[in-house]
Amino acid sequence: MKFGVIQFPGSNCDQDAYYAVRDVLNQPVSYVWHQDTDLAGYDCVILPGGFSYGDYLRTGAIARFSPVMSAVQEFADRGGRVIGICNGFQILCEAHMLPGALLPNRTLRFRCRYVNLRVENDSSDFTHLCRRGQVLRIPIAHHGGCYYCEPETLERLEQCDRILLRYCDEDGHVTESANPNGSLANIAGIVNEEGNVAGMMPHPERAVEELLGSTDGILILKSIVERLS
Amino acid sequence: MASVVEPGSRTVYNTVPIDPEVYREMGLNDEEYRRVVEVLGRHPRYTEVGMYAVMWSEHCGYKFSRPILKLFRKYKEAIEGSGLENAGIIDIGDGYGIAMKMESHNHPSAVEPFQGAATGVGGILRDIFTMGARPIASMNSLRFGSLDDARNRYLFEHVVGGIAFYGNCVGVPTVGGEVYFEDCYSGNPLLNALSVGLLRHEDIAYARASGPGNPVMLVGSRTGRDGIHGATFASVELGPDSESRRPNVQIGDPFTEKCLIEATLEALKTGWIVGIQDMGAAGITCSTCETAAKAGTGMKIDVRKVPLREASMTPYEIMLSESQERMLAIVQKGREDEVAAVFKKWGLNAVIIGEVTDDGLVHVYDRDELVAQIPAKSLAEEAPTYELETEEPEYLARVRNYDLSSIPEPSDYNEALLKLLASPSIASKEWVYEQYDHMVQTNTVVLPGSDAAVIRIRGTKKAIALTTDCNGRYCYLDPYLGAKIAVAEAARNLACCGARPMGVTDCLNFGNPEKPEVFWQFKRCVEGLAEACEFFGAPVVSGNVSFYNETPEMAIYPTPVVGMLGLIDDVDKRCTSGFKREGDVIALISGRRADEAGQEAEGDKTGPAELGEESVCEIESLGGSEYLNAIHGLAVGRPPLLDMEREKRVQEALLRAIDRRLLSSAHDCSDGGLAVALAEGCIMGSVGASISLLANCAPAAALFSEGQSRIIVSLAADNLGGLREIVDDLQAEMTVLGRVGGDELRITINDVPVVSVKVNEIENVWRTAIARKMEAK
Repeated sequence: MKFGVIQFPGSNCDQDAYYAVRDVLNQPVSYVWHQDTDLAGYDCVILPGGFSYGDYLRTGAIARFSPVMSAVQEFADRGGRVIGICNGFQILCEAHMLPGALLPNRTLRFRCRYVNLRVENDSSDFTHLCRRGQVLRIPIAHHGGCYYCEPETLERLEQCDRILLRYCDEDGHVTESANPNGSLANIAGIVNEEGNVAGMMPHPERAVEELLGSTDGILILKSIVERLS
Repeated sequence: MASVVEPGSRTVYNTVPIDPEVYREMGLNDEEYRRVVEVLGRHPRYTEVGMYAVMWSEHCGYKFSRPILKLFRKYKEAIEGSGLENAGIIDIGDGYGIAMKMESHNHPSAVEPFQGAATGVGGILRDIFTMGARPIASMNSLRFGSLDDARNRYLFEHVVGGIAFYGNCVGVPTVGGEVYFEDCYSGNPLLNALSVGLLRHEDIAYARASGPGNPVMLVGSRTGRDGIHGATFASVELGPDSESRRPNVQIGDPFTEKCLIEATLEALKTGWIVGIQDMGAAGITCSTCETAAKAGTGMKIDVRKVPLREASMTPYEIMLSESQERMLAIVQKGREDEVAAVFKKWGLNAVIIGEVTDDGLVHVYDRDELVAQIPAKSLAEEAPTYELETEEPEYLARVRNYDLSSIPEPSDYNEALLKLLASPSIASKEWVYEQYDHMVQTNTVVLPGSDAAVIRIRGTKKAIALTTDCNGRYCYLDPYLGAKIAVAEAARNLACCGARPMGVTDCLNFGNPEKPEVFWQFKRCVEGLAEACEFFGAPVVSGNVSFYNETPEMAIYPTPVVGMLGLIDDVDKRCTSGFKREGDVIALISGRRADEAGQEAEGDKTGPAELGEESVCEIESLGGSEYLNAIHGLAVGRPPLLDMEREKRVQEALLRAIDRRLLSSAHDCSDGGLAVALAEGCIMGSVGASISLLANCAPAAALFSEGQSRIIVSLAADNLGGLREIVDDLQAEMTVLGRVGGDELRITINDVPVVSVKVNEIENVWRTAIARKMEAK
């Protein structure tokens, strides 16, 4: 299956995602420039982390108007898999492809560290290789990762099992002190109603080698590959 | 003034002398003005005076430091040979080189900390990618006054915020560095930013304007009024009116920088860029005259072709603007469009503003009007140099002769240890480095908090290790020794990761050099650095000098920061500083003299251990220590002794042991001494340790003195024999201190318990000390 990694000006985790797919998943992958509008031939599109357009105005607010985003929308409408990581998640929310918004961290500071994530949904295209309740160790690195949505949206997300991951402690307890950014209900990642568009603030592409300190991110990326092949 | 114009001068443009008030305000003295008149053969125009003032400032022209910097071998070779490049290149094999440089942004950070720090990061990155290297890691070395002062907290918060703002956005991991807090930096913080980049040797780009007729292209941001005379501002002391210099501080746009990195590297791949230079201090003036001087050519530009933020800018302002995120590229004639297309793809300006000439002059036009015509070399390479007076400072006798035996022993050593761990200079810097993206590019294999950061080189087995080091207090007490210790400690930190030193970049931060005592400190520090860098096989390949770091109240400690690069041949063998396994033996590798080594080796291998060397165990050994500073508020005594031969043997032993995979951990004893190093090993490993020491001196000296050439290692008991073999072979020394295990750090001296603390308690104190200070506002 073929992956495309979108490159917006200011994306800076594009190469990391590219290497993870090519060298760890051993899948074909190429970059897609933000002005391209043709996603034919791709099975999964990754919106990588970074600071698209400098995150000026508001994170992801300018990138959603990039020419490639209408192609991403059509690609998703046709059932293609889309995963937004960090800035990619912010862009998907701005583009209304995922509900809610990502606000500045409650500390108002950038935070880069390993966090623990409890798997809430182990049947999605993005998490089916994990066990429900399993604790994944994956880094975050963001200034605006505080997930927020309306109460009714939260209820829908919970009822339909669309919360993929929540911030938790080492033992899998979802606690206030394990919440690194103030996210509503400790939400770290969600999926859309159709189940083919996911967004997450943690960086699975940074946790794909023992050398880097964790391989838990492989479970997320490999879930996509196995579901499609 | 008019009298100095020689008869028959070639000028036809201007014979009107410039008002001395005007050129003095810009930073030229009377003698320098006379030199300008002599070089030009006429009086300069207004714009020309500005160009000379900025290029001949200490910041750009190194007019005071150059004679001393020639002590650095590679600097001397470059000055006398092919010229300096933007950064030094270190060969790491496999066809790869590492471009490395460190630079200060102290004055801007003192008056506008957020932008000052941000643009410091941006500037050093440009020095790296202008060489054709992709930036792969950044570090920074920071100094502030006490966090008990609100202004210092403000400076600290915003300097860190500025580094995060810029560094995170450009996608280059900020992998570590150092932060110290001392009163002498109050109101005069230091920000030294270091970056390294990776390149293939065949891809090195040079800052040379070769080929008369080749077009000169300005790429990147528009030019505005920010940062005019920033370099001159950096060449005076800070004073009560420094706030009014805030317009001298540039404003950073990291998004444009990120695009500029990608576009520049992509444009260089076309092969049609013959020379390229970033614009930092002195903006277009500096980049035009330096590239022309280096190639022995000249250049003709029209300032009206420069894309401007404000159309009404004068030629003077355009030539001196230090607007960020701009580069000057000299392009092969006929290939302008191909090169411009790459920059335009990234949404950047790429405008031809002139061409290379063969007459050695920089000609600046404002449309048809010639506003400057200056020999490029006179600006770039012929800044007057001065041999400044030196005089040993008077304070030295006072602080060195302080009677340390008058200092009382602490009544409770647990309390003393906790107090040291809570000292912001020793405490965890997590509050700082969590704000930096230290993992982007997915090559950081040893994260911040260990002795050095380790970055793997993708596609090879290799990794580089990076550290910055300088104990300013040591340099204050003994500049020559302090500087040597900075180098030795940097090499030791690298060795603790398993890396061999390859090269150094330095950032020399001092007070006003025109004061003989300050210049003496500078000279002695450079002598110490030059000697030690050669000794450890890590030549200085690049660097920066920052003078005038003083306020009316005081000058900073002499602070020659050493940034050192090391190489690990097999990344799988890297070593870190936290204890790893219950039951491991803890040992101290140190540098006892050869004649004592045999005797010690026959001693009881598992019983209480005698400390490495006698000098460590005398009360004088506390000289310059963080213990005296944090507990007694004293910066007195002499820094610890350093025997470089011994130091090298210790590091070699450590490197061999790591190479043979004998060790579980290795951690350097530095600030806070043995006790703090042991506590850090426990905290980072989340495990306790039991230590037995023998010492015939006061316990405070045994626990907290900062004797050099000492490394704490932990290892499986089965590996002790192997380690002893290596240590004996190198005539180093090894003493068993105790074992890893339990949930407490326990230390006995001569069988008397002196320290007994829970690891989670010391961890909490150490980890949260800075955050608590910052939130106590």
